[in-house]
Amino acid sequence: MSIAKRAAFLLGLPVLLVLTWWVTTIGSTSFFVPKPGELAQTFVRVWIGDRFFEDVVPSVTNLAAGIVLAIVLGIGFGVLIGSVRWLRALTEPTLEFFRALPPPVLVPVLMLLIGINDSMKIAVIISGAIWPVLLNTIEGVRAVDSVLSDSARTYGINGWARVRHLVLPSAGPQIAAGIRQCLSIALILMVISEMFASSAGLGFTIVQFQRSFAIPEMWSGIVVLGLIGIILSFIFQWTERRVLRWYHGLREVENAG
Amino acid sequence: MTAVAPSASGQPVTGKGQKRRTRTGPPRPLLGLAGIIGFLLIWEALPRLSVVNPDYLPPASEVLVVFVQNLGLTAFWVAVGQTLISWGLGLAVATIAALVLGLIIGSNSFLRKATHSTIEFLRPIPSVALIPLAVLLFGVDRGSALMLVIYASFWQVLIQVLYGVADVDTVAHDTAKSYGLGAVARIRYVLWPTTLPYFMTGLRLAAAVALILAITSELIIGNPGLGHQIALAQSGAAISAMYALILATGMLGVVINFVMRLIERRTLAWHSSIRGEAVV
Repeated sequence: MSIAKRAAFLLGLPVLLVLTWWVTTIGSTSFFVPKPGELAQTFVRVWIGDRFFEDVVPSVTNLAAGIVLAIVLGIGFGVLIGSVRWLRALTEPTLEFFRALPPPVLVPVLMLLIGINDSMKIAVIISGAIWPVLLNTIEGVRAVDSVLSDSARTYGINGWARVRHLVLPSAGPQIAAGIRQCLSIALILMVISEMFASSAGLGFTIVQFQRSFAIPEMWSGIVVLGLIGIILSFIFQWTERRVLRWYHGLREVENAG
Repeated sequence: MTAVAPSASGQPVTGKGQKRRTRTGPPRPLLGLAGIIGFLLIWEALPRLSVVNPDYLPPASEVLVVFVQNLGLTAFWVAVGQTLISWGLGLAVATIAALVLGLIIGSNSFLRKATHSTIEFLRPIPSVALIPLAVLLFGVDRGSALMLVIYASFWQVLIQVLYGVADVDTVAHDTAKSYGLGAVARIRYVLWPTTLPYFMTGLRLAAAVALILAITSELIIGNPGLGHQIALAQSGAAISAMYALILATGMLGVVINFVMRLIERRTLAWHSSIRGEAVV
């Protein structure tokens, strides 16, 4: 496919949609739907400047801390629980319950237990985002190829070397699937923790805009959240492609064969 | 690869290795029960030993009493019903829309390429970002909950259906074509069976996400339902009641997961991932 054609496919529909939006709002005075130009101006005015450091940076820092801790804890406990059979049987139903519990309901609980501060927000993110990583890691560790596992044992590969070279790589694709789910839940929880109990941060600011009927500002906040989601998903895809390059190569060979 | 692929984008699929293992020690269900009891005992002990302030975390026994009392209250079941209506209605609309659109976009390579960038752009936008908009448009009506539920679960199903349609075996497709099967017959006998496992995975994920969003919107916007009851209990300092409602929410989630898995097993009883045979 030529570059021009690819660019057309990449940008065609988005451009068409923005054009439609522009044309349909050209003569409208709708209160709810801002014009594209107006929204772009508001976006720059509201978010480029002090507010970026006051609201966006702290929120994103909490988000990053929550995600990193959720991934590290999830993989750590997942490897442990996944490798010990009785531990797995012991914890499985309890973990199923926590997986099924909609994470936002834990916000009021953690508010009570920790109080309203940054560690509460990080705890909220961890409490919801850890489950997909944990359960996928357990599942991935459990499904390690038994021939590989026995070979490793025969060669006396144990302890950390076993985790590093056998368990983690073979559970990798499963863990990646868990991390992808974890990212979107973490972002949702970041917003909710700020909407529920906070006086700063993205979630709080957007709700403030809505309550004061600052509609273009509210839309621009929605755009910011969307952009964070998109950046997160790009970072994830880029990292996953690096870390799991061997796996995607293997899939390609298998599919071709 | 068909059987393994859905797991790459979702929850764990049962592996092949587990059946061979011999069972030692007490059977799994007993250990699991012991795990639950252990969890409840720790929960009971923490406030009793004043490790955690009992005002903030009441002992498990107190919460369980309130939980059981709730089961006899009409108001509780009304709240459950309201949550389930938002959940079910939103999930149904999102699923049907995503299935139809997914089949149309997926089976046309021009549409697939043209929509790819837009879908990848819209999908990661967190649905809670729409909360302010939903409040403006619908207030505390069910509409605002539905809007969030539909937006969130739509993408789960759509992406899976697109994967599924792309997975159709070209040989099977060409064979069906050369045997003179019409478009409808090809959809029925080639496209649909290939897509169904992916679709069911998407549906299961969407069901879980839909519950999260239904509860979230009740909690934050204040639509009537379980989430709203939790918010009321919290602001009224009825801490045991709040924990009991949270417990109920988790149970609802477990039941939904269980039912979705049952439906998945039923509809895919013919498929190799469920039959448990070796996948070629």
